[in-house]
Amino acid sequence: MATLHGEGFRPVTYLFMTGLLLFTLILCLCVGSVMIPLADTFDVLWSALKGNPSGTQAHQSILLHVRMPRVLCVGLSGAALSLGGAAMQGLLRNPLAEGSTLGVSSGASLGAVLAIALGLSIPGIPLVGTAAMAVLFAFMSLMLILSLSLVLDKSLSTNTLILVGVVFSMFVSSIINIVIALFSKKLHSITFWTMGSLAGSSYADAAMLAVALLLSGLVLFPLAEELNAFAVGEQNAQHVGVSVKRVKLITMISVCVLVGVCVAVGGTIGFVGLVVPHIVRLIFGPNHKRLLPGAAFLGAVFLLLSDLAARTLFRPAELPIGVVTSLVGAVVFVSILFRSRKAAQS
Amino acid sequence: MMLTAQSLSVRYGERTVLNNVSFDLDAGQWLMVVGPNGAGKSTLLGAIAQSVPYKGKVTVLGQDARHMRARKLARMLGVLAQNHRVGYGFSVEEVVALGRYAHRGHVFAARDPKGEEMVEHALKLTGMDALRKQSVLTLSGGELQRTFLAQVFAQNPDILLLDEPSNHLDLKYQREIYALIAQWLSQPGRAVLSVVHDLSLARKYGTHALLMEAGHAVHQGVCHQVLTRDNLQAVYDMDVVGWLKELLSVWAE
Repeated sequence: MATLHGEGFRPVTYLFMTGLLLFTLILCLCVGSVMIPLADTFDVLWSALKGNPSGTQAHQSILLHVRMPRVLCVGLSGAALSLGGAAMQGLLRNPLAEGSTLGVSSGASLGAVLAIALGLSIPGIPLVGTAAMAVLFAFMSLMLILSLSLVLDKSLSTNTLILVGVVFSMFVSSIINIVIALFSKKLHSITFWTMGSLAGSSYADAAMLAVALLLSGLVLFPLAEELNAFAVGEQNAQHVGVSVKRVKLITMISVCVLVGVCVAVGGTIGFVGLVVPHIVRLIFGPNHKRLLPGAAFLGAVFLLLSDLAARTLFRPAELPIGVVTSLVGAVVFVSILFRSRKAAQS
Repeated sequence: MMLTAQSLSVRYGERTVLNNVSFDLDAGQWLMVVGPNGAGKSTLLGAIAQSVPYKGKVTVLGQDARHMRARKLARMLGVLAQNHRVGYGFSVEEVVALGRYAHRGHVFAARDPKGEEMVEHALKLTGMDALRKQSVLTLSGGELQRTFLAQVFAQNPDILLLDEPSNHLDLKYQREIYALIAQWLSQPGRAVLSVVHDLSLARKYGTHALLMEAGHAVHQGVCHQVLTRDNLQAVYDMDVVGWLKELLSVWAE
């Protein structure tokens, strides 16, 4: 019997998704402005793992110091943003809810910009201050956006949430510009950060993303059944015995950690948390036992392929990764909007 | 006593929608909460279900509901809401199986040996067995109502709280659902509280009644002593019994 309780993926599906992810990772390592043959890539990686780097100096440099940290950060960001989007959409019962549409990413950006402007950092690990402020501001923004939406519309409808998200993002954008004007000495660092890119990512960035993903994953995956209950309806969730306030708070904090750290590392990358859960839902259904792991795996694959497209489509010029995700995201966004409007009319 | 409400009051801003309502519900009783629109019936049900903030005290099987864990309360109280707005295309059986959530324990101790059997039974009982794989987004209002009723049956609580249980149902299913609830109630240690608009249904199936007007409980007790011509006339400001008889007379051959 298929139930909401025991509906996780079979091991073979996990195996397939892991294979797909590894294939994409290897592809992204080999392909770029400089093409590196597969055998050379394996040779460099294997010898590096053994602690005895070999292969040409150029290949070593490109693979180990440029592409590997970037690919790791892209994959982890994709997984984190998709996982956060899937959880948020279940919690709010709204398929259009995610960091960038809700305005949470903008809030996180403001936190990060303030951290840079005020020089908030921990010696040795400078990005931690930016990430902590981004997470804090993401959470405060989410609280503000949801409170405002609730005052306007108790049902938290799609239109209200998106409208409040857009207005909030514009408001935050103005504040960021004011901060930039006030802290003109930090203009270079702030501008560099606001351009947002995963191009110069380091292993330290990847480690921070991995920790955030691991911690939030450990919190969110066991909440799959509770998120199913929320996705059916918050009132119904309470009636079947879900501790709604606790689950809401834990989920929101976890999502803000994911969005905040991603924004601190690579700036705002829109629509990832919207596109991937939508596709996963179409393939595997809305059950969060499948949706959450599916979104994490395919989110990594999606962002890796988007980054690959951004790097290679107009070689040697490089597009910002957000351009690719937004191109795909805008189409999916409109299709979801049409579907939900159609469903509401019927 | 299975359920006790003591001096329940609910305010929305400056407006008092429930004012000092008290009642008891014992095993085997079916309490019908009736009254005109805006009387506070659904608010009363929401307060008992702990989904509306209230003043006063609700005791379920001897324990203060306000301090009970959500899972424990759900094993005692099953709630069927009046309207259902489902966000995603879960299958009927997935929604019904959600009724077993409170019985499963936490993620590391998730066991519910009776769960599968209860879900199967609930699906068959409500006639939703044939539609079990169908997405809830494609169901009619009546089918959706039966799906959530099946969820409450799968939940297997001691007390049922039903807000207009025959909402969206045609007459055939209305009769079947009321018969099902009556059958469910015939098991020992169970009780039902339901909000109903149809006074004939209230009179036919209720053992007890609570007649409400403008947030107050104006009459309560055994059903036929509460739902009298005079009491109803005073609350509804019309000859309710006369009107029901007039409606029925159109079918006289």
